[in-house]
Amino acid sequence: MSELLSAPLTVEFPFTRSLGPVQGAFLTGLRERVVLGVRRPDGRVLVPPLEYDPDTAADLHELVEVGTTGTVTCWAWNPTPRRGQPLGTPFAWVLVRLDGADSALLHALDAPDPGAVRTGLRVRVRWAAERTGAITDIACFEAYEGEGEEGGAHAADVAEPADRADGAEVADRTDVAEPADRADGAEAADRTDVAEPVDRADGAEVADRTDVAEPADRADGADAAGRTDVEEPADAADPTGAVPRARPHDGVFADPVTSLAAPARLDYTYTPGRAHGRHLAALADRRTVGERCPACRKVYVPPRGACPTCGVATDEPVEVGPRGTVTTFCVVNIKARGLAIEVPYVYAHIALDGADLALHGRVAGLPYDRVRMGLRVEPVWVGDGRHPDHYRPTGEPDAPYDTYRELL
Amino acid sequence: MSEEPVAVVGIGQTRHAAARRDVSLAGLVREAAARALEDAQLAWADVDAVVIGKAPDFFEGVMMPELYLADALGAVGKPMLRVHTAGSVGGSTALVAADLVAARVHRTVLTAAFEKQSESNAMWALSLPVPFQQPLLAGAGGFFAPHVRAYIRRTGAPPGIGALVAYKDRRNALRNPYAHLHEDGLTLERVRSSPMLWDPIRYSETCPSSDGACAMVLTDRAGAARAPHPPAWLHGGAMRSEPTLFAGKDFVSPRAGRDCAADVYRQAGVTDPRREIDVAELYVPFSWYEPMWLENLGFAAEGEGWKLVESGATALDGDLPVNPSGGVLSSNPIGASGMLRFAEAALQVRGQAGEHQIEGARRALGHAYGGGSQFFAMWLVGAEPPAT
Repeated sequence: MSELLSAPLTVEFPFTRSLGPVQGAFLTGLRERVVLGVRRPDGRVLVPPLEYDPDTAADLHELVEVGTTGTVTCWAWNPTPRRGQPLGTPFAWVLVRLDGADSALLHALDAPDPGAVRTGLRVRVRWAAERTGAITDIACFEAYEGEGEEGGAHAADVAEPADRADGAEVADRTDVAEPADRADGAEAADRTDVAEPVDRADGAEVADRTDVAEPADRADGADAAGRTDVEEPADAADPTGAVPRARPHDGVFADPVTSLAAPARLDYTYTPGRAHGRHLAALADRRTVGERCPACRKVYVPPRGACPTCGVATDEPVEVGPRGTVTTFCVVNIKARGLAIEVPYVYAHIALDGADLALHGRVAGLPYDRVRMGLRVEPVWVGDGRHPDHYRPTGEPDAPYDTYRELL
Repeated sequence: MSEEPVAVVGIGQTRHAAARRDVSLAGLVREAAARALEDAQLAWADVDAVVIGKAPDFFEGVMMPELYLADALGAVGKPMLRVHTAGSVGGSTALVAADLVAARVHRTVLTAAFEKQSESNAMWALSLPVPFQQPLLAGAGGFFAPHVRAYIRRTGAPPGIGALVAYKDRRNALRNPYAHLHEDGLTLERVRSSPMLWDPIRYSETCPSSDGACAMVLTDRAGAARAPHPPAWLHGGAMRSEPTLFAGKDFVSPRAGRDCAADVYRQAGVTDPRREIDVAELYVPFSWYEPMWLENLGFAAEGEGWKLVESGATALDGDLPVNPSGGVLSSNPIGASGMLRFAEAALQVRGQAGEHQIEGARRALGHAYGGGSQFFAMWLVGAEPPAT
């Protein structure tokens, strides 16, 4: 019994995603520090927006802008952040219902410990300094120290579609910061999402809130008009981003994001198993050993531990080769991804003497256009390769077609 | 108890392209599904179950895309299934949907298949580097090219047959507004002189890589009676599988394909497919597979498939047109390709194939294969309901 082999197998690829109109607008909006949702036929607002209504399957396209502050509806503490997660320090996964939305967004909350997190906690977006049009443009959420942050009251402040449609709720909102709170400008010091003037069209807002889209940010310039459906509190000289109601938004931005990169990586431990392991051990001695099926007597190379046609275990080892016959082949003129072999090369099916099916390998040692069906070949080992590097002609006469036609 | 007759009452497909960057994956599938429902004059609420299919997940890197397609396909409160059979999946998916109707499990089933190949790289996805194994040296084209060489050796086919097929299918695609490749200036000479990629397969004899989707609405006899347009009726359908590699496998004419076709003909009462079938949509990703499948499916005797091609019988004006839509050689969103063959066969017997309609088509075969020539799915559809 040979040792059981195993080896790491990493599968990695930089997949892309085309976004379509709704997700494209949502992610472009994040780049511009605007959070968009979509309104369902019943008036409720979904954030993040979906393209299709989960209940009715209707197309959803009525985009609305919601606030950048919201309420935690559920959370879980993550004591050991992993590669690729939003924060490197322990944090809370949170579902946040942004002000003006009726569904919650999953993200991370930067909090010192689980004791600092609770359902009903008021939070706000902390924007990433570098934004590209991805969910990571929201670096994370942070507790929101605004006035009127009575968590209990807010937790109960679940938006009823009927309430929200008529705007009757505006006057009840308690999460609109009072100017008094802001007059001293103390808040600016707390802010971690202060944008650099360089990425502001007007450059004039640095000391002020930066998570509210300003008309200057808006490609359509329609923002001011868009707010007319919301009765602004008269004293809201400094809007805080707490949007009492979702406001219509056309989703139009300059230079919209249409796709995103979605690199994926999977790490496996691969074990070839007993039969293949024995085969590999023999290959280390440069011997090719297959297995014979006790039922149909066919010799399988490489062996798989079972006969695929009879469905019975195979364990009678049979040494085959080293010589064999090219049964068929092709000449490859196009480089496959990540393959270092120079083209043209010959990719062939080679039936080793004594085997009942062909294996695949490269044929070299003669001009590529001289390779032919029936060519007799032998393996060429290079360095400490696990498999033959290629097969070369033995110089024997070609095998007659009838000796390998059943293997095609 | 006899099976419920199955009717195709709605067909939709997307405009296939190298990259459909204007839509999300959901938007792509939705486009085909919405067109199928429109054709059937049905609403999402009229659908009882949804059956989808696509090729392996590495083809987009979205694991279990069915989870997030439930919204786009109106699957809330309904069963939703996904079928996996590699390249043949579009055909298998349609058959699973048809079986649900035939067995009277559901009355109206929406089935869809798709691929957004621009989001990945199929060559990479098909050749993951497995430790301890020799890397597969060739990708998809290189995998199939040796089998084409074996076919040529076995039958004595002249070298130009593949070019004839490629030229025919690419010309047919000009009549199909949904096809990916529209090569107006293509000549037979240009096909013959295109670069040799995997000798004996040339560039112009190779399928493209496409983004696209296809959908159908399948229903029972009562549903067919309500349909606004003539249905296509299912007369026979079957799937067969075999291992990728085994001693005695015939890569040129796999037994699973022969058995699958025989089963479909038996169900449909077809004894002479060459005479009784008016048009065939065969899964031909490399041009030489047309003569190979003509033999495998019983349209030609062993060794004679290439003669059928050479005679012009498989051209639009021949007596057995093959791939009037332009086929896989003109559009290959892999997961959808099999369903496109099934749907195009149904369009023909409904008289709705537009500029590539074969006059008087009453019975048509849709065919799909996948994996290492190991999964086969076929259906035979007719303009008349099956005899009960």
